[in-house]
Amino acid sequence: MQFHKYDVIIVGAGGAGMRAAIESGQRARTAVLTKLYPTRSHTGAAQGGMCAALANVEEDNWEWHTFDTIKGGDYLVDQDAAEIMAKEAIDAVLDLEKMGLPFNRTPEGKIDQRRFGGHTRNHGEAAVRRACYAADRTGHMILQTLYQNCVKHGIEFFNEFYVLDILLSDTPDGQVCTGAVAYELATGEIHVFQAKSVVFATGGFGKVFKTTSNAHTLTGDGMGIVFRKGLPLEDMEFYQFHPTGLAGLGILLTEGARGEGAILRNASGERFMERYAPTIKDLAPRDIVARSMALEVLEGRGAGPNKDYVLLDCTHLGAEVLETKLPDITEFARTYLAVDPVKEPVPVYPTAHYAMGGIPTNVHGEVLRDNDNVIPGLYAAGECACVSVHGANRLGTNSLLDINVFGRRAGIAAAEYASTHEFVEIPENPTRVVEEQIALALSEHGHERVADIRTELQASMDANASVYRTEDTLKQALHDVQALKERYSRIQVQDKGKRFNTDLLEAVELGFLLELAEVLVVGALARKESRGGHAREDYPSRDDTNFMRHSMYYKQGDELTSDIRLDYKPVTFTRYQPMERKY
Amino acid sequence: MSAPAEEKTASGSRGSEPPVPDGAITVTVKIRRFNPEFDDEPRWDTFEVPALPSDRVLNLLHYLKWYVDGTLTFRRSCAHGICGSDAMRINGVNRLACKVLLKDLLAGGGKATTITIEPIKGLPVHKDLLVDMEPFFEAYRAVKPYLISYGNEPTRERIQSAADRERFDDTTKCILCAACTTSCPVYWTEGSYFGPAAIVNAHRFIFDSRDEAAEERLDILNDVDGVWRCRTTFNCTDACPRGIQVTKAIQEVKRALLFKRT
Repeated sequence: MQFHKYDVIIVGAGGAGMRAAIESGQRARTAVLTKLYPTRSHTGAAQGGMCAALANVEEDNWEWHTFDTIKGGDYLVDQDAAEIMAKEAIDAVLDLEKMGLPFNRTPEGKIDQRRFGGHTRNHGEAAVRRACYAADRTGHMILQTLYQNCVKHGIEFFNEFYVLDILLSDTPDGQVCTGAVAYELATGEIHVFQAKSVVFATGGFGKVFKTTSNAHTLTGDGMGIVFRKGLPLEDMEFYQFHPTGLAGLGILLTEGARGEGAILRNASGERFMERYAPTIKDLAPRDIVARSMALEVLEGRGAGPNKDYVLLDCTHLGAEVLETKLPDITEFARTYLAVDPVKEPVPVYPTAHYAMGGIPTNVHGEVLRDNDNVIPGLYAAGECACVSVHGANRLGTNSLLDINVFGRRAGIAAAEYASTHEFVEIPENPTRVVEEQIALALSEHGHERVADIRTELQASMDANASVYRTEDTLKQALHDVQALKERYSRIQVQDKGKRFNTDLLEAVELGFLLELAEVLVVGALARKESRGGHAREDYPSRDDTNFMRHSMYYKQGDELTSDIRLDYKPVTFTRYQPMERKY
Repeated sequence: MSAPAEEKTASGSRGSEPPVPDGAITVTVKIRRFNPEFDDEPRWDTFEVPALPSDRVLNLLHYLKWYVDGTLTFRRSCAHGICGSDAMRINGVNRLACKVLLKDLLAGGGKATTITIEPIKGLPVHKDLLVDMEPFFEAYRAVKPYLISYGNEPTRERIQSAADRERFDDTTKCILCAACTTSCPVYWTEGSYFGPAAIVNAHRFIFDSRDEAAEERLDILNDVDGVWRCRTTFNCTDACPRGIQVTKAIQEVKRALLFKRT
């Protein structure tokens, strides 16, 4: 065991983690612990843009952005947080530009902006150009720029350190977070990091689904760790399906394509979004577009030999727009489907994309232990967190915004906390949980294959808990997940070595996936309404009387199969009253 | 040497039979294996893998890891060519395993074929296809790969014309996968050479009109281990999964140095 001591440790080196590190690293002794090399993080896969009401190309203001975010989130958004995000968006974009991010430019040399789903002028009148972008690799540019600035500021990274536990110490004033425990992939060694504050920026858990835009490594580790400590997760039933994944593969094609004018068509060539969202059509929010696509297919209007997808038509955009503004997705379609978007429409279908829910925090990134209190010293930001600025459905580009605004806030808050507090003693035997976990996984106690359990989990979640859900499908999913958890107790890891044991890594990751899938399904069963990304065929309407509230889940007990206690948290309202959501 | 193709049947007893999709063909995959924890020296393992022509090479590796030999070790993450984790030497050339489809490797007419997979060259092998990336990132960090400007910060964004922005567009695409650097014969023999990727990332700032430290970077690259080592072999340009004109970028940096001297 090795021991380290820092003022602040940040877990995860995607956009949120590195944005936090840039702030924290200039204020306090900071280390970043990351499962992946920083530039491998999935922020780099984000394509379309980052919204901010710069008004560089047309009239816009942050109040409109706030409203769009709240309406887009089907009024489950905490309105104070959305207002902060939309206000600070402008500086967040300008900060990135000053750090060197190469945004596309207007003819005047300002940051160019384009349209994106759900972002509108004057509360829904028409689509507005709000998304600042760098071709269709905005996320790549953000990730690279943040990493570059971490290099510039000499931020200390522990690459390929897999954090598996946090340390919570009991004090007279209650529990505080005092560090984290990591498994070093290169050596199999366990490291204890004592810290005054810990920031979780560990990303999402899209690998609970089969068809997903998420990387193999997005297994919800951070959410799972926090949940296992008895701390709550919030709104986990709200999972976003991005409308335009490459059919059958799930690889993301940016909404920016529709922002540039691409059109969704069914088998007969009809622009079907005109029926579902007459005003902004193809630029309706993602939940609405994904459901519309699923309905087209369900009702027999899908394209292709099996009528199981729809078509994204970019052909009228012309080769130049595709090559200059959408080059990456053009290449994805060519490489993976052998379809040339310049000449023919691209087969697309919704793909699991983003967790609106996660570790509940306040607007300073402090992690909540319950509805009213925080765990001092523990922070979270980015997809693993739930502020909640996305409510029941996140608008496109607001995740790149979220990581920058709340990553920055969490980094500052964590460093300030560290500068005003002393180190607290870590608990006795800090490595016990991780050591037991690793030893159990490596021991011979069964013959279940990790890949089999994972594949079955993903198949069941795709079939039962995706765009549309019912009581029956969700019960099936719950039954499947619980049976898989039982089998998980008998997994076999073939690689018994200490050096880069990625076989072991995948086994541990699967444990988190199973845990989070169950929370998602339990939450989806309990929420007997349809709101944003959670669409219940058996409860097709939004029910503000009973469900205008966040869900809070608590794990009861230490076992993998344990009860989940469900609680609720009120939504914060400022100035927007819930209305029917029409586009 | 083990006979993994035999073991596949044996491993079936762990669970259900591995999935074999309709229309799968069988390909032979030869993989360079080395785990310094247990092995004295590297070896080749040969596997038979059922796969679809539309599969990525990464799918074949996953099949092997998940159903045949859990000890097979490689990095991967996004699986669609954007994170840069899975650069490896596939049939003798550097590629991302997630960006090469089986059909592109099949001999004409889809005849049975052998695919060889090795770790990228020039970086120490940690285990199987997974190499030590630290020397690569060290060279990257050495070229000051971040925007440097002096004087007061503007209140709004800096103004940059579309043409000035276009000037360095190509080199902003780099995902730091190391495919270029580890395809370079000079880098193989002289690891002290900065290598193409570091120069690409210097280029990205040298030609950015907002940056004011081109001189500093050019001085760094004028070093004995800098751009002059490049012998314009074009391996790097061929290897780049992002289509960056790597050799051209290196030439532009060389020209900037020459121009600076006159």
